[in-house]
Amino acid sequence: MRSRFHFTHREPRMGLLIGVMLIIALITLIFAAGLGPVSVAPETTAKILLSRIPGIGDSIAASWDVLEENIVIGLRLPRVCLGMVVGASLAVCGVTMQALVRNDLADPFILGVSNGAAAFATLGMLFGAFSFLGTYSLSISAFIGAAVTIIFVYGISRVRGRINITQLLLSGVAISMIMDGITNIITLSAPNALGLHNAEFWMSGSLAGARWAYLTLPLAVLIVCMTVLMINYRGLNLLLLGDESAGALGINVRRLQKMLVLVASLMAGVTIAVSGSIGFVGLMVPHFTRMLVGGDHKKVLPVSALLGGILVVWVDVAARMIITPEELPVGILTAIIGGPVFIWMLKTSNRRKA
Amino acid sequence: MRLQIENLSYSYGEKAAVDQVSLGVGAGEFVGLIGPNGSGKSTILKNVYRGLIPDSGKMILDGKDIQTMSYRESALKMAVVGQENEVPFDFTVEEIVSMGRSPHKKLFDIDTPRDKQIVHHALEHLGMEHLAKRSYLHLSGGEKQRVLIARAIAQESDFFVLDEPTNHLDISYQMQIFDFIKRLKVTVLAAIHDLNMAALYCDRLYVLKDGRVTMEGKPEKVLTPQTIYEVYGVRSSVETHPVTGRVSITFLPAEIQSKE
Repeated sequence: MRSRFHFTHREPRMGLLIGVMLIIALITLIFAAGLGPVSVAPETTAKILLSRIPGIGDSIAASWDVLEENIVIGLRLPRVCLGMVVGASLAVCGVTMQALVRNDLADPFILGVSNGAAAFATLGMLFGAFSFLGTYSLSISAFIGAAVTIIFVYGISRVRGRINITQLLLSGVAISMIMDGITNIITLSAPNALGLHNAEFWMSGSLAGARWAYLTLPLAVLIVCMTVLMINYRGLNLLLLGDESAGALGINVRRLQKMLVLVASLMAGVTIAVSGSIGFVGLMVPHFTRMLVGGDHKKVLPVSALLGGILVVWVDVAARMIITPEELPVGILTAIIGGPVFIWMLKTSNRRKA
Repeated sequence: MRLQIENLSYSYGEKAAVDQVSLGVGAGEFVGLIGPNGSGKSTILKNVYRGLIPDSGKMILDGKDIQTMSYRESALKMAVVGQENEVPFDFTVEEIVSMGRSPHKKLFDIDTPRDKQIVHHALEHLGMEHLAKRSYLHLSGGEKQRVLIARAIAQESDFFVLDEPTNHLDISYQMQIFDFIKRLKVTVLAAIHDLNMAALYCDRLYVLKDGRVTMEGKPEKVLTPQTIYEVYGVRSSVETHPVTGRVSITFLPAEIQSKE
């Protein structure tokens, strides 16, 4: 018997939803830029931020310490902005990978893509490969690591033209262990070659030490990838029906899948190069987004991006507040929150099939 | 002929699943492919709708080789209702049917009021207007299949490829779906599992065995106890039904055969 309970979607007003989320994002920015071991009041933060905006900045009387300004502008704001970009990228990367494998349990961290990116990034640092690319060498080696892992995991779990979810998750586990092993060997054996970043940074992620310079590339990649994905939102929707149906509805499946691999690797790679692997964001955010707006990528993509940004910023605030003056790596907190969500999704997805 | 297949071959690994098959579908015809499991029905259709790439052979649709068409072009010419109807994500019925409009859309096109109208018309046609906002995940098998037919209608093509569209459905839904498609007056190429259904709805049948066409013709010519025994290995009795005027097949259990 089918249940009497019918799930009917309210038609969510997208304009309103996006507007509300933008306002929440702005409030998040102001609050989060003030919060930390040394907290600055939100109104002071707002004033400091406003004073930096050309045009209206001059009309605001400076009523704060230089120290407060330095903390907000120099320390917290780049960190909050980076958190927004990293969160948005990870969430959108999750959405992309889920469309690729037709399963909502896909996530860059769970499938080992983050770990692959981290391993290649450390390898790149050790051997100086790609160093001719200057400041972007780290991001590029991370991107290659992400791409290699996605192609590998995807290849292993494809059985007779279909993605087998058990194979997918297990090969993800295996690959992430191998990659973590490589990262560990490198970071332990050649600590000096790796500058600031230690094994902990790569494996549990951190936004500490964020600088404005870190922001450019991830932001550019996010904007480009988001645009490409939004243009192709119909194709993403059709992929969820299965390869054959998508082809029959006019999609060049192979080409689209290659593009998605590229987009997902780019976003995972450049994000991980600046923040290490922050897990489960790509899993949780798309899932809650779909509960909110359904499965249509035209809605899922922008809402996930905003939600991901907001979530990571707040988790990062918690990470620097919980055990002050020490700091928790933000990836540890997302794992503590995301792990149970993953288990819960795994249980419900089995029930759906039964 | 609208669709002409010449010497199509396809193999999954070593064994040929489809071996030098040639067949044709005329304008307005309802053509059925019958044969036991693994005889190559689905494989032929998957080659036609480009889920698989043939090893050799040609498929000409409306005078043009299907493999030289872009995916969009072939999607504009033919609508497919296959066996895969599970969508692992949460979409509304309306959203699923709207996907039928996508071959009509270029990259930057948005959904117009006309698209909405076509989608609702298609749902209306199948008596599913009231389910438009319902989640597709929570529909029954028969309802899902009807939604997919609505999607094919929204695609606005007059050539339908159906891959056992009524498999696993209750008899009422099976009849309903074939009746709907018959009423659309489109050209159809369908793989059909149930021989009585094939006899009721098809103008012409191709019989497949081990990836080859063994016989072709009108249902009353093809569906004889002899052919059925040769292809399926079961005894049967075939009569012209007094009400439908179509052949009707009764399969004979071993018990009765031994009495004869």
